[in-house]
Amino acid sequence: MEIPLRGPEAVAHADYPTGIRRWLTATNHKDIGTLYLSFSFAMFLVGGVMALTIRAELFQPGLQIVQPEFFNQLTTLHGLIMLFGAFMPAFVGFANWQIPLMIGAPDMAFPRLNNFSFWLLPPAAILLIGSLFAPGGATGAGWTLYPPLSVQMGPGMDMAIFAIHILGVSSIMGSINIVVTILNMRAPGMTLMKMPMFVWTWFVTAYMIILVMPVLAGAVTMLLTDRHFDTHFFNAAGGGDPVLFQHILWFFGHPEVYILVLPTFGIVSQVIPTFARKRLYGYRSMVVATCAIGIISCLVWAHHMFTVGMPVGGQLFFMYASLLVAVPTGVKVFNWTATMWEGSLSFETPMLFAVGFLFVFVCGGITGVILAIVPVDVQLQDTYYIIAHFHYTMVAASLFGMYAGTYYWLPKWTGHMYDETLGRWHFWLSMIFFNITFFPMHFLGLAGMPRRIPDYPLQFADFNMIATIGAFGFGLSQVLFVYTVIKCVRGGQPATARVWDGAEGLEWTLPSPVPHHTFQTPPVVA
Amino acid sequence: MMRDLAKAAMVALLAPGMAIANGEAKFGFQTPQTIVAHEIYDLHLLVLGIVVVIALGVFAVVAYAMLRHRRSLGHQAKQFDDNKAVQILWTAIPLLIVVGLAFPATRTVSVMKDTSNPDMTIKVTGYQWKWRYDYLGEDVSFYSDLSTAREQIENKVPKGENYLLEVDNPMVVPVGKKVRILVTANDVIHSWWVPAFGVKQDAIVGYVRDSWFTVDTPGIYRGQCAELCGKEHGFMPIVVEAVPEEKYRTWLTEQQTKGKAAIAAASAAAGKTYALDELKTEGEKVYGRSCAACHQANGQGVPGAFPAIAHGAITTGPVAGHIDIVLNGSKKNPAMAAWKGQLSDLEIAAVITYERNAFGNALGDVVQPNQIAAAAK
Repeated sequence: MEIPLRGPEAVAHADYPTGIRRWLTATNHKDIGTLYLSFSFAMFLVGGVMALTIRAELFQPGLQIVQPEFFNQLTTLHGLIMLFGAFMPAFVGFANWQIPLMIGAPDMAFPRLNNFSFWLLPPAAILLIGSLFAPGGATGAGWTLYPPLSVQMGPGMDMAIFAIHILGVSSIMGSINIVVTILNMRAPGMTLMKMPMFVWTWFVTAYMIILVMPVLAGAVTMLLTDRHFDTHFFNAAGGGDPVLFQHILWFFGHPEVYILVLPTFGIVSQVIPTFARKRLYGYRSMVVATCAIGIISCLVWAHHMFTVGMPVGGQLFFMYASLLVAVPTGVKVFNWTATMWEGSLSFETPMLFAVGFLFVFVCGGITGVILAIVPVDVQLQDTYYIIAHFHYTMVAASLFGMYAGTYYWLPKWTGHMYDETLGRWHFWLSMIFFNITFFPMHFLGLAGMPRRIPDYPLQFADFNMIATIGAFGFGLSQVLFVYTVIKCVRGGQPATARVWDGAEGLEWTLPSPVPHHTFQTPPVVA
Repeated sequence: MMRDLAKAAMVALLAPGMAIANGEAKFGFQTPQTIVAHEIYDLHLLVLGIVVVIALGVFAVVAYAMLRHRRSLGHQAKQFDDNKAVQILWTAIPLLIVVGLAFPATRTVSVMKDTSNPDMTIKVTGYQWKWRYDYLGEDVSFYSDLSTAREQIENKVPKGENYLLEVDNPMVVPVGKKVRILVTANDVIHSWWVPAFGVKQDAIVGYVRDSWFTVDTPGIYRGQCAELCGKEHGFMPIVVEAVPEEKYRTWLTEQQTKGKAAIAAASAAAGKTYALDELKTEGEKVYGRSCAACHQANGQGVPGAFPAIAHGAITTGPVAGHIDIVLNGSKKNPAMAAWKGQLSDLEIAAVITYERNAFGNALGDVVQPNQIAAAAK
């Protein structure tokens, strides 16, 4: 699909590359943002098809569609692709599009680095998906890649390790770009404490990525040398420790879940005030809470490992620290609620998704508190309860937040209003089917169904059947989103500059569609 | 297919009611059977109650705002300023609540971790894909393997009541006695989990972790491996039979006698020379139990992951190489376990003989138990 160059500036830059070169050599933050968002949505569909295959196999007890080894490959790739291929790049897409527009910068600080960060992604995706065709198939060690199981895997495992390396490099470069842009390119008068919440949350997220992605790279590199060069980092027989890998992985992995949700907090903090027609309540405490979440989330990793047999002291420390995360997270929820209170609310699609986010995020948050309690976690660790919990926080909360952001800014990006009826349908279908899919999984986990199994005892049959029906409904609902977005890009009611009557911020001072080059002269923020 | 879909639609509509009616699916934990499981059960209800109340409070405020503070009702936005007291309050109260939650949880953690003064100790070892139980000091040890028939898994015959939750040799323990378990693994990480006991302990290669339980009432309790351990992860259940003390003693004596008989049989086998057919018959059984999961029932393996037995380089190569890989496992492909210790010399001899004379392999080789014993030295 050919996306037209935006606005009158396009004409002034007649030598601007067109066709495929426009995208291959893109250095414009808006084009790169579009690339990131399109790529990540394609990956979301790939990961989604894998999820549906998993759910189809679990529709009934017994093996019907896939064999256990392929099932394990699907769960592993589903996780890796969703995390590294879909969600992380999607947020970088939002950052690319919005951060320069929201801080009044002409572009990102390092446009060529920006191009490179994006174009690293397709080779990594090819490695990941291509590993399915390696001898022995893709890695079936779970996305957490725990040794010694991951040491047993075939060459598909090595392809996954290299893919993670490349994706990590891409994320780190993207984050450096974001940090430098935010620190150096804000419009005159925009102090840190005047930055929109979305920019603040990405600022903290970028630092977290720079902190933890190299740790993951180290972990998988050690795995690689254990596999091929006879090192024994994780091999007890050679003096290593398999649990060491888990510590390193989760030192990355726990901050990662906040990396996937903080920018969503930012988006929601833009959307709710707009449709409440009020200022964000407690801006200062929101900033403090974001930083607090960023810091505490780096100190709770071992709550993913309460069953490895840690000493009592370790278990208690990580339980207390995990419970503590609930406090700043609660502050955020209370501030959003206070922003809605006494507002003049209207419920266009972005607001529906933002309120939907609030609902599913609180559900995922309270199960998080339950899981922080060590004895209860011991019972629920590695069960479907965990699957329910993190799909509520990540899929629903992160995804709904991103949908809110997409519908919110789409008119600014394309110059057209999206079809409101279709948008609302998309919301309600997603919301209902999401809950049909994942709510029963709480019961499955409580009753004792382990995760990552291709077949299950008969007492779990009813809820699994419901979950599968919900999953297919949820998957099909996302096709509606594709249609709605394409329809909006192609045409529709022209959008005004401000788009939403309650919208505040620099991006809304620009015409819609936003011109190809913006803020060549920095705006002055009072 | 249509019938499945119709059933699915019905289930979706009626599930909650049905689930209660037939008592199959449950909405909460399994009935707790140990002190720890009871404490976890109560702790979960307490925490659940508190967080649900908080969530409902938030939802109520949001819902009220959504219903009453709508622009469509002509409601005007009231800008009110940030209030420091409010911010402090809604930071402090959640903080106090989580501190309050931490107290009972901490107490339970110390109970769970107290493995001192056990009445008996069982070493639990995870294998791909079965469990081994060693009753320390009692000279009793055995493997515990899934006993659900492959045909049930492949939907060729109806599934039994305890589908995927049944084993050939369950762990047997006396009720009312503190049982300490030492958990470790042989190949990859597994996790020993019996929900009704509130015990889940990862089995980590090269390390021994411990946990404990005291079962209140006699019965059969079932669980599953909880840590992804490869392709048959979903097929290595745990079954614990809790019996009165006297019955346990009888069972223990039986096991000891059986153990001695097995040793006697093994030493008798060591000197004996078997015929090709005897070994093949025994070998076929061993193959089905221990090899078919990876190398497949038809001996074709899985290309790229598990080599074929039929016309394989090793299975049709020198006998010494074949014996070596079965005894000691493969360094190149760690998924191939070392079967020394897991299978008797006779079983290994039988399965090697079988592999060399089945699936189209017709080498005519006969491997005797004493060859295995010699190679294992």
